[in-house]
Amino acid sequence: MKSAIQYREIDGGVRFYALLGFIGLFVLAGLGAAYYMEHNGHWVTGMTNQVVWGTPHVFAVFLIVAASGALNVASISSVFGKTPYKPLARLSGLLAITLLVGGLAVLVLDLGRPDRLIVAMTYYNFKSIFAWNIFLYIGFMIIVAIYLWMMMERKMNDYTKPAGFFAFVWRLILTTGTGSIFGFLVARAGYDAAVMAPMFIIMSFAFGLAIFLLVLMAACKWSDRPLGDAIVMRLKNLLGVFIGAVLYFVMVYHLTNLYITEHHGFERFILLDGGIYTSLFWVVQIGLGSLLPLALLYLPATGKSRTWISVASLLVIIGGLAQMYVIIIGGQAYPMELFPGKEVTSTFFDGVVASYSPSLPEFILGIGGIGLALAATVVGIRVLRFLPTSLADDMVDPHHSTA
Amino acid sequence: MSNDARLDQYRRRFLGGAATAVTGLALAPGVMLHQVAHARPADQPVSSDVRWGMLIDTNKCGNGCNACVTACDEEHGLTGHGRPESDAQWIRKVELRDKQTGHTQSLPLLCQHCEKPPCVDVCPTGASFKRADGIVLVDKHICIGCRYCMMACPYKARSFIHEDLQDQLPHAPRGKGTVESCTFCVHRVDNGRTPACVEACNAEHHNAMVFGDMNDPDSEISQQLEKYSSRQIRADLQLNTGVRYRGI
Repeated sequence: MKSAIQYREIDGGVRFYALLGFIGLFVLAGLGAAYYMEHNGHWVTGMTNQVVWGTPHVFAVFLIVAASGALNVASISSVFGKTPYKPLARLSGLLAITLLVGGLAVLVLDLGRPDRLIVAMTYYNFKSIFAWNIFLYIGFMIIVAIYLWMMMERKMNDYTKPAGFFAFVWRLILTTGTGSIFGFLVARAGYDAAVMAPMFIIMSFAFGLAIFLLVLMAACKWSDRPLGDAIVMRLKNLLGVFIGAVLYFVMVYHLTNLYITEHHGFERFILLDGGIYTSLFWVVQIGLGSLLPLALLYLPATGKSRTWISVASLLVIIGGLAQMYVIIIGGQAYPMELFPGKEVTSTFFDGVVASYSPSLPEFILGIGGIGLALAATVVGIRVLRFLPTSLADDMVDPHHSTA
Repeated sequence: MSNDARLDQYRRRFLGGAATAVTGLALAPGVMLHQVAHARPADQPVSSDVRWGMLIDTNKCGNGCNACVTACDEEHGLTGHGRPESDAQWIRKVELRDKQTGHTQSLPLLCQHCEKPPCVDVCPTGASFKRADGIVLVDKHICIGCRYCMMACPYKARSFIHEDLQDQLPHAPRGKGTVESCTFCVHRVDNGRTPACVEACNAEHHNAMVFGDMNDPDSEISQQLEKYSSRQIRADLQLNTGVRYRGI
């Protein structure tokens, strides 16, 4: 490394306010959507007594999962001692917090009684994974904030490694908790699988890194700071590995179900004749969200192009949202098997695939959550020194050769 | 023995038997009522000595009969909005047809009041809770409307209130944005009465639903459960449900 890395706030000119204003519009729209839903009641959404978690949950869980994954870059630097990642660690920690805030905001605003947030903070049932998660999420924000402080305050730099290690362990527990929200549900055919916890962890690696890459490239470009290929190529190769790992876990999950006769109906639904869920699974999650980005990241013709790396990252995010949609909504749409071997009908939609179509307010609330995460990130790098002044190759990697 | 003496003996036997019968008739209702209704004094806490339960005989359940559902709706003021997908249903009639044999059945499905309820396990605030006497309820004051219990319930027994409510009944408080389900008519049970659905079923002379204390060996439900084979829906989950079925 040539010299100590310099960090500086981004400039607060017209471009900053224009960007913040633009993102702010999405945040405002999300708040408006939440107000509309809460004022009228959830009947104005696509949600029903059959599909009780809808599009807002897709966005919220995606953002929460991505948040823990966004911290990975910092962990690689502090925990695993890879110095080229060190200049990126601050931004990684910031994104981890802001993405979590965005996701939690969506989750809370979609509650039946968001006004009772204080109840959720004061009444606890410690057998509930949701209750654990409240502690895990708040704890995560505090620990990452302390970790950032250790990194950013010169006097505290010595404690960066233990703080980073603690944050890394905490984030693994956190994503285990998020995956277990579904993994521990015995009632439904699509859940009740221990593999969901590690699968969510590996999904977080991919989603978080895809978002990190996009934010990093955009931030450097818009603040006119050099960003060398050394770091971008490392990150994009890592993203490719994570995409492959997610594919592996998805395969194990489905193969397990395919072996177990009682889950054949559910597998048939997701993989073969589930309409929108089958399409989302094969076309968006697997095709557009996994195989295409893998090709884009590794093919010589596209693998070195920033544009194509951006496209691949964006596709991973879209594929991730599709994956969440299939898990969360597909898992609810498939009818519960209460009477094996019987055809079931009732006035409460027993035995039939539940219909769900996302309503505009739900979608806008979800987008608002992404907006909030991005707005908080933009403000963060404006007011504090999260972003290095240069990420040029010779700043990042002492062994870098330009050959 | 002379004829007169024999006649006296017959008379005595007859009178004795009659007196026993009359005594029995006079006492029986009290004894029987005691068995049916364990009205708990209002100043005493709910006790786990009692486990309220329901036995549903699907062979007696009338195909096409909806009396239990209507009675429940009226009892708790569950008026729909013409949106069956989001309207609350605490009890529903389910029609079954065996895929192999074509045999059809009809049965009411409601909260199964599990001994180990998944809805209670997952509730973050403890709003979903089980009373000592086995009745599973929602405390609408601390329900935040997260709907995790609805994800966890294996019987799809819960409803989320999707809109504003009007004309609520004092004994069945509800709340927009919270989750609710069958209460076993706790307001009736605490006053020594049976749930509205059971009453309605009996009024139709189907007598397909028996409600009572499963911990009391002399209760009708305990005796029927001991005598006849019965099943729990999704017994594989080992939740020890308070609602049992005959004939499925």
